[in-house]
Formats: sequence, C-alpha cells, structure tokens
Amino acid sequence: MEHTQTLQLYGTAGVRYNVEAMTRSDVQLMLDVKAGDEASFNLLLQKYRTPLVNFLYRMVRNTAQAEDLAQEVFLRVYRARKQYSPSAKFTTWLFRIATNLALNSLRDNRYRQMDVSIDAPVEEDAAPLQLRSRELRVDEQMMERDRSEFIRRAIAALPEKQRVAVLLHKYEEMDYGEIAKILECSESALKSLLFRAYETLRVQLAPLVSQSVANRAREGRPS
Amino acid sequence: MKKCEEVSKQLIAYLDRRANSAERHEVEEHLAACSACHERAEDFRKLWGVLDEVPLVEPSLGFDARIRARIAEEPRRGWLGWLVPQPRLAFAMALLLALSVWMAKLPREANVAGNEQDFEAIKDLGVLENYDVLSKFDALSEVPVEAVPADQQAQPVNQGGDQQPATEE
Repeated sequence: MEHTQTLQLYGTAGVRYNVEAMTRSDVQLMLDVKAGDEASFNLLLQKYRTPLVNFLYRMVRNTAQAEDLAQEVFLRVYRARKQYSPSAKFTTWLFRIATNLALNSLRDNRYRQMDVSIDAPVEEDAAPLQLRSRELRVDEQMMERDRSEFIRRAIAALPEKQRVAVLLHKYEEMDYGEIAKILECSESALKSLLFRAYETLRVQLAPLVSQSVANRAREGRPS
Repeated sequence: MKKCEEVSKQLIAYLDRRANSAERHEVEEHLAACSACHERAEDFRKLWGVLDEVPLVEPSLGFDARIRARIAEEPRRGWLGWLVPQPRLAFAMALLLALSVWMAKLPREANVAGNEQDFEAIKDLGVLENYDVLSKFDALSEVPVEAVPADQQAQPVNQGGDQQPATEE
C-alpha cells in the first residue's frame, strides 16, 4: 500500500505533529496494519510512543523499565494485528495493554524486592530525564526538579487503580467511558475513584498548591 | 440540595467541563451553599495546575529502531500459516484427530473380547444336535409319549436336512 509523504509540522509549543497520522484515524491505521501495511504501524508508533513511555514511566518510575514495557506494548499490538477488530477505540486497547503490563511489572518488582530485602530501597530513577526548559538557572532547575520529584512521588504513592485513573484522566485526557473500560469498572465507580485520588493528592501536595498560589500572587497572575 | 458525598462524584466532571448541564447546575447550587466543597473545588483546580508541572520524558533515540528490530525477528507465517490461520485452531484440530484415532481403536478391542465370549457360549451347541446324546439322555425318557403315533415313534430322526413329512400309507 502506498502512502503520501509524511509531513511534519511544528506547533507553537514546539510539539511535532504528524499530518498523515492525524488525517487517518487510529482505527483506520490499525486496519491498514492488519492488511499488512507496515508504514501504518510506524505512524502509530510515532504517534503513541511518547504518551505511552510517559504513562509507563509515571507508573513504574524507572525510565529503562518504562521503555521496555512500551516496546512490549507495541510488540503485542503488532502480534495481535490479524485479530484486531475496531470494537473499541484504539487508545482504549493500547492503554489497556499498557496498564496490565505496568501493574504486572509493579507486582513482579514487589515480589523481587521482597526476595532481596524487605528494607531495600525502591529502584527508581534518581532524576527525571529531560526538563522542558533548558534556560533555567541551576538553582531554579534543582528547585523545579525537586518539585517534579515531589509530585511524581505523590502520584506513585496512590493505590494502583487510582494512579492509573489519574494518569489517564489528567495526562492522557481520556473520557470517563474509555478509562472505565481500561480499568474494567463502571463510570460511576471511576468518578468516585478519581475523587478519592485527587483528594489524596490535594492533601499530599498541599504545600505545592499553596506555594503556587503564593507565587502567582507575587507575580501578579490570577490563580 | 444534594449532600457533599453525592456532589463529590460529580465534582471532577464539573471541574473538567464534562458534566452535563443538569449536573453542572446541581454542583453549582451546592458549591454556592457549601464553603468546604467550594474550597475543595478551588484546591482541585490548583492541584491540576501543579500536576502539569511534571515534565515530559522523551523515549530514547534508539526506541523506534529497537521495536523495528524486534518486529523483524517475529516469525513470518508460511504456507501452513494460510492453511491453519490460528495456533489455537491448529491445536484443537490435532487434539480432535488424536481423539478420533483413539476412539476408532477402542471399540475394535471390545469386539474381539465379545467374540471370544460368544464362541465360548455356543461351542457346545453341536452336542445338543447330536441324536445319540439326545436319545440316551435320561431326562428325556420321562417325557410322556401318548400323543405320538406308533409308526412315528420307531422312525429315526433324519439329520440330513432332506426330511419329508410323514404320510399315511
């Protein structure tokens, strides 16, 4: 199957958009993959590798492991291409695989750590990968890194299901129906789950919330 | 007015603007009257701003190359793959074949055993057809013979199969 040349556009925030991937729906791309079109698989890979790696990184808090899991997700999608039927949104399927793999990985890690030592520290990345802004001063970078780490730890401390719900709701901006399907619960149960998760984060991150408000007030920005 | 607990389920959908107009109205009515929930709603809005501060991580440069290499290692289906599209189906077919072979073998053994039993039961039947054995069998002498005519009593039994009915001369 032939495709037109892939165009790359850059948005105002420097985000790269793949025009071809945007014009064809995910379902259509996946159906093309099913028909044997490898180029469509590459388009899906380009579109979802960053969201998937970030989701998995926020789940397992280890970049190498997050990448390995993301690879496994794409490999499973590729292997299941012949059985693919567009009964649900592609992202629901994709993130369901990712969620299951992440939860299994977390459980495996937990058992492995119990084997080694009960007191062994969690193997997490000491620092996040790349900061978006490269123009900050060193002390500002450290402060921002500390804040980010503080937030990441608060999210990581949530119970697994609540964590998945928050990540998919806040960062992937999925609708309630989609998240409910991934978590295999009702929409009503999901809304309660999200409320409890955000309530916990509100308490855990209270210093940052008040700090951000104070900073905004100092800078004369509305909160 | 709804209770705080009831509104809590609708609060997130209200804040991320996914609530319908009826739900939105209910939540707004409650927030106007409940300072605790109003404060919580404001905190949630600020919290989402804080969560946005977490920077994105980028996949490593070799990410795509690695996945393409792994896909290239995936086994390609040959002509057998077109005949048997799914491994599960192939396994089920093999199992069915094995079962049918086993079933076909099972009744034949049972028949052999049955034939031997039947032979044991009938192998002495020839003795009963032997006239000498029957004529000397004591129990038969006690059978009353009044109804049998005298000329037929002395007539021997023809064992050749060409026996003609007795006629009066």
